[in-house]
Formats: sequence, structure tokens, C-alpha cells
Amino acid sequence: MLKITKYVIYDILRSRVMIAYTAFLLLVSLSLFSLENDSQKSLISLMSVEMIIVPLVSIVFPTTYLYNAGEFIEMLLAQPISRRSILLGEYAGVAVSMLLSFAAGVGIPVMVYAPTATGMVIFISGISLSLVFISMAFLSAVSTSDKAKGIGIALLLWFYFAVIYDGLLLGILFSFSEYPLEKTVILLASLNPIDLGRILILLKMDISALMGLTGAVYKKFFGTGLGTAYSIGMMSAWIILPLLAALGIFRKKNL
Amino acid sequence: MIRIENIEKSFGRLRVLQGVSAAFEPGEVVAVIGPNGSGKTTLIKTILGMVVADKGSVLFDGKNIAGDFSYRAKIGYMPQAGRYPENMKMGQVFLMMKDIRGIKSGFTDEDLINEYGLGEMSGKMMRTLSGGTTQKVSAALAFLFNPPVLILDEPTAGLDPLAAEILKEKIQKEKNAGKLIIVTSHIMSEVEEIAGKIMYLEEGRIRFYQSVHSIKTRAGEEKLGKAIAQIMRNNRHA
Repeated sequence: MLKITKYVIYDILRSRVMIAYTAFLLLVSLSLFSLENDSQKSLISLMSVEMIIVPLVSIVFPTTYLYNAGEFIEMLLAQPISRRSILLGEYAGVAVSMLLSFAAGVGIPVMVYAPTATGMVIFISGISLSLVFISMAFLSAVSTSDKAKGIGIALLLWFYFAVIYDGLLLGILFSFSEYPLEKTVILLASLNPIDLGRILILLKMDISALMGLTGAVYKKFFGTGLGTAYSIGMMSAWIILPLLAALGIFRKKNL
Repeated sequence: MIRIENIEKSFGRLRVLQGVSAAFEPGEVVAVIGPNGSGKTTLIKTILGMVVADKGSVLFDGKNIAGDFSYRAKIGYMPQAGRYPENMKMGQVFLMMKDIRGIKSGFTDEDLINEYGLGEMSGKMMRTLSGGTTQKVSAALAFLFNPPVLILDEPTAGLDPLAAEILKEKIQKEKNAGKLIIVTSHIMSEVEEIAGKIMYLEEGRIRFYQSVHSIKTRAGEEKLGKAIAQIMRNNRHA
């Protein structure tokens, strides 16, 4: 498995898409930090970018990568290696290279310009979000042999979590505004990894008061040790469950 | 060496293999032939464990391959169209496969690498290689680990005449060394040249599985292509 990972990393780190992704993240981080004197403000802008771009690239790139590696995976299947090791090896390889890109493009600038707790949380949420969406990418890639369909599923998933979900959430909040929804809101927000990441960052920034009552509710729950444990658990579930589903499908897949 | 028993496989409503049983023994070159879509590649992939059969079993050295992967250490596979990591150099691909198989240089069969002159091209990026050169890489990789079983899917398609000739000589050599070689092909003259036995697949069923010699005597024809056409015609009338 580790051998596969090694070669996947070697292959991806030299691909143009990865270089472009790193350069883009680096450019955005550096320009945001140099435009503002207050690094706190830059972090907020950086967060907005991170919540859209990182999931998008983390789901589209691995999906296309897996389809393009189709014949290579077939080649590996003819070797004495189990299917589990092949898929996990690919996952580890893709994940390590994407995280390296993210660390170089966002991690280093944050460490230089805003080495604060908030910066740290932004970095960690970015890493978790990358892993979550790479898992989803693997799930969409193994669930169909049709490349166009697979990339379509990946884009839909991204669109759902990045855009549609928040709209639905707002809709629910408005329609049921007469009822006490605090607990429901916490539950619903944690069912979207992007929202979960955003909440954690905003809480660290201590501007949750700006979010009104919801902010106070979030603060009361996610500010506690139990809340932290809950959010870590939810994030891990978002990373592990799609990957397990992908492994289950891949084990019986015809290639 | 390899026994397949009653293999059935459908892709959706399409029944690709409908109860295929056969045995393959060491020292044989078996050519699997048949029209496009007759199930040749699916059969090969079932033996390799890439396609999971709906029914039936594949036994390798008497052991069922279901859930096993170690038996593939004894198989060298050349796919119809191999593709490799684009950003790797050719030399690195060979090193990688040795690394993955856990076999050191010096214990490998580098005949084809030498005869195709792939060593001089080891610095070339895989994405810059022509289709034919990529096929040469696939062929060299299949033979590299000296496996007792070789499975070659349309090996000479895409190779230039000289390269195809080299490959055919290599197949003869390995056959004489007592290896089992399974080849799919569409080119009758080539099948006649290399194969000792022929399996004819049609619509997912084995029409016949016999030695080249007995096919020719049965049909009363000297040319294999004509003999097979003859048998097919008789089968249809019968």
C-alpha cells in the first residue's frame, strides 16, 4: 500500500494542475495578507475562499485523477496486491499531495502573517475539508465507470454542500421561525462539513456575536469540550464514511 | 494449472459469459479467439480477478481465487492498451513495478527490454511515448518477473512487424520453458504460428476448444483460418 502511495505522490506532485492549485492558493493568501493591515480581516476573507475553492478542487481533481489512472489501477490489479491496499494507497497518495499543496499555499502564509489560534483553526479546517471532499471524490469515482457521470456527481456534491445546503437551511429557519430551533440548527449545520468548518473558525474569531442568536447558540454548544469533541467526531465521520463506502463498492467492481 | 468452472457473467442485461468451463495446463499456448464482443477479454479478466464472476469459480493450482490476490504473483499480464502514470519516466515505471512486486533487478527477465531497446529510452516521459512503444513497455513488463503463467490480450495489435516478430519468438521460448501462455487475437496467421490449442468463443460460450492439429484434420483444411470457417459453417447447419 505504501509503495502505491509513494508513486501516486510522485506522479501528482509533478502534475500541472497541482502546481497551479498551490500557486493559486499561495497567490490568494499572500495578496489577502498584504492588502489588509489587520490580519484578522485577511483571515476572514481567506476563510471565504477556503470554503469554496478548497472543496471544489479537492473533489474535482481526485475524481478526474482516478478516472485517468483507470488503466494504471487495472495494471496494479494484475499484480499480487489486494484491492483494499490499491484504493487506500491511492487515497493516501492523493491526500498527502493535496495536503502538501494546501500547506504550502495556505499554511505557510498563515504561519508567517497570522500565527494565531484563529490561523491554526483555519489551517486545520482546510485540511479536514480537503480530506472530506477527497473521500467524496473517491466515492463518486468508484460508483460509476462513466467519467463524465462521475465528474458530474462530484460537481453536484460540491454544489450541494457549498451552495444549496445553506439555502435550504435558511429556508427551514424562515419557515419555522416561530419555533425553538436551536438544537435543530446545530444538528443541521453539522450535517454539512463546510458549515461545520465555518462555524469553528467564526467561533475562534470571537465575532460570533455578529451572527445574532444563532451565533450565541453555536458559541454555547461548540465552545464547550463536548461541542469540540462532537465537531471532531462529525468531521471524522465525514472523512471515513464516504471512504468506507468507496472501498465497499471497489471490492466488487468490475474493471 | 488453471481451471475455470461454469463461469457466468452479465453486464446489465448483456450476458457476456454463459457457462464457460475449461482447463489450461503448463507448456501450452492457448489462443482465445472469437468475434468482437464474444467475451474474450472478460474471460481473461475473470481469471485475473479484475472481473468478478456472477457464478462459477476459477481455480489456480487447485485453489479458488475468490478473495485471494497472492496467486497473481504467478501471472504476467499484458493488457490490450496499457496506460501508465503520465509524469513518470519509462525507467521509473520499470523500477516501480519491480518495487511493487518486491523483486530486485538481476532476478528479472529483461530479454524484451533489451531487444526492444527500451533501456536507451528509459529517460523518456511515459506521456510522450507512441502507442506502439507503450505496448512494448507492456510486453516487457508482462515477461519481466518470469511468471509461470502469461496472459496476453491482443499482444501484437499496435506493434510494428519487427516488434511483433520478437514477441512471437519470446512466446515460443517461454512455451518451451514449460510456461502456460494464454493469448487473445484476431489474426489467424499469427494464431497458427504460435498457438497449440484454440478456444473459440461466441456469444459467451465455448464453441470448441481443441488443438490446432485436430481442428485442421477435422475440417480437412490446411489453412487454420479456412478450417475454422469450415467448422463454424458446419456447426451452424447442424
